[in-house]
Amino acid sequence: MSASAPESDAWPLWEVFVRAKRGLSHTHVGSLHAPDAALALHNARDLYTRRQEGVSIWVVPASAITASSPEERDAFFDPAADKVYRHPTFYEVPEDVEYL
Amino acid sequence: MLDPMYGNDYGPTDVAAPESHKDRLPRRDEPLNAADAAALDGYFDELIDADQRIEPRDAMPEAYRQTLIRMMAQHAHSEIIGMQPEGNWISRAPSLRRKAILMAKVQDEAGHGLYLYSAAETLGVSRDELLDRLHTGRQKYSSIFNYPTLTWADVGAIGWLVDGAAIMNQVPLCRCSYGPYARAMIRVCKEESFHQRQGFEILWTLARGTDAQKEMAQDAANRWWWPALMMFGPPDSGELAQQGHTAQSMAWGIKRFSNDELRQKFVDMTVPQAERIGLTLPDPDLRWNDERGHYDFGAIDWDEFWRVLKGDGPCNAQRLEHRVSAHEEGAWVREAATAYARKQAERTRAGAA
Ligand SMILES: [Fe+2]
Ligand SMILES: [Fe+2]
Repeated sequence: MSASAPESDAWPLWEVFVRAKRGLSHTHVGSLHAPDAALALHNARDLYTRRQEGVSIWVVPASAITASSPEERDAFFDPAADKVYRHPTFYEVPEDVEYL
Repeated sequence: MLDPMYGNDYGPTDVAAPESHKDRLPRRDEPLNAADAAALDGYFDELIDADQRIEPRDAMPEAYRQTLIRMMAQHAHSEIIGMQPEGNWISRAPSLRRKAILMAKVQDEAGHGLYLYSAAETLGVSRDELLDRLHTGRQKYSSIFNYPTLTWADVGAIGWLVDGAAIMNQVPLCRCSYGPYARAMIRVCKEESFHQRQGFEILWTLARGTDAQKEMAQDAANRWWWPALMMFGPPDSGELAQQGHTAQSMAWGIKRFSNDELRQKFVDMTVPQAERIGLTLPDPDLRWNDERGHYDFGAIDWDEFWRVLKGDGPCNAQRLEHRVSAHEEGAWVREAATAYARKQAERTRAGAA
């Protein structure tokens, strides 16, 4: 380990979300390290929007995100699997009815 | 076995698993970047067979994780070391336009390094550990960056040939089976095409200039052609495909084409461009083969390649020294930012109390 290794360990990880243009949602574009939110925002601008890829940026501490677990994916998403009646294609209607 | 190329796997395989990963079984408080140690239940193979992407928290074979960490780290190292040969010419660019372009390109390469380090970190290795492996020579970067940039024309040759070869390697990586790597490569590839074009434009301009400028352009092409072909790594098609990393990386969907296939594509793409600029390429055996539908080219000096990769290139020591000193001289900036952030946080806490 080099002598200078530990200090940036203290810099937390931030997830970066960018709104590409008005009318679109913010989308996850990647992550970066920064000591605080203000610098995270500046770094995100330099790193992810050098070509006007965005009109708005969110930075979120990665530790603040709660994610569903991949091991539980089946049990977690199963309830939706047997409810095909939630899709319009489930219904049989006469072909000559318009606007349905 | 070393399997070296830019945007591929060119490191020694015997680097032990990082300590930082062994200690880092998933914690609930770092959901997006924690690697999941759940037992493999065949789900990984199912995803690979279906050409689906693997995401950070999926269970995956340890060898897959280690291959990707090595590949992404060395790709990232190449991006940031690659800033040096061109950075060398920023202060001497022949016009303000060229200087602005070159600064933007070098800044892009820093960005590419950061995308790739972030992607590597999703596998549970820390950035400091990766930088440390670079700084102590335990991980390599592409041998191409150990050649010097002697003239302004070299900046053109790097953009045209080195970025051109990098694009050839990187485009298939946009479909790599590991999601974060593939996504990083999509961003990188979008940015690379300007790099290649500005390089072409520099040589095109010089080739239309004075005799001295033409000569400078030709000299740069002569020096960069063979190292650019070496960027694709040693031969790995035919029988050789079963050795080294190629077979396993192909099975895992990390690698999509052999080194030789990519090299041939690069030659086929580049020869007509050289003709258009009015440059010759330094290979007497280079000629179109009607039967194969490809250009034939001469034997590559793999001894030179291994020599340069193992540390004996013209600039190896200089590149690493510069990287380490830039890191050490930047320590005070990182420390100051950390101290400021701590102070602000304390103030906020005091204000709230
Ligand atoms: Fe790059
Ligand atoms: Fe580039």
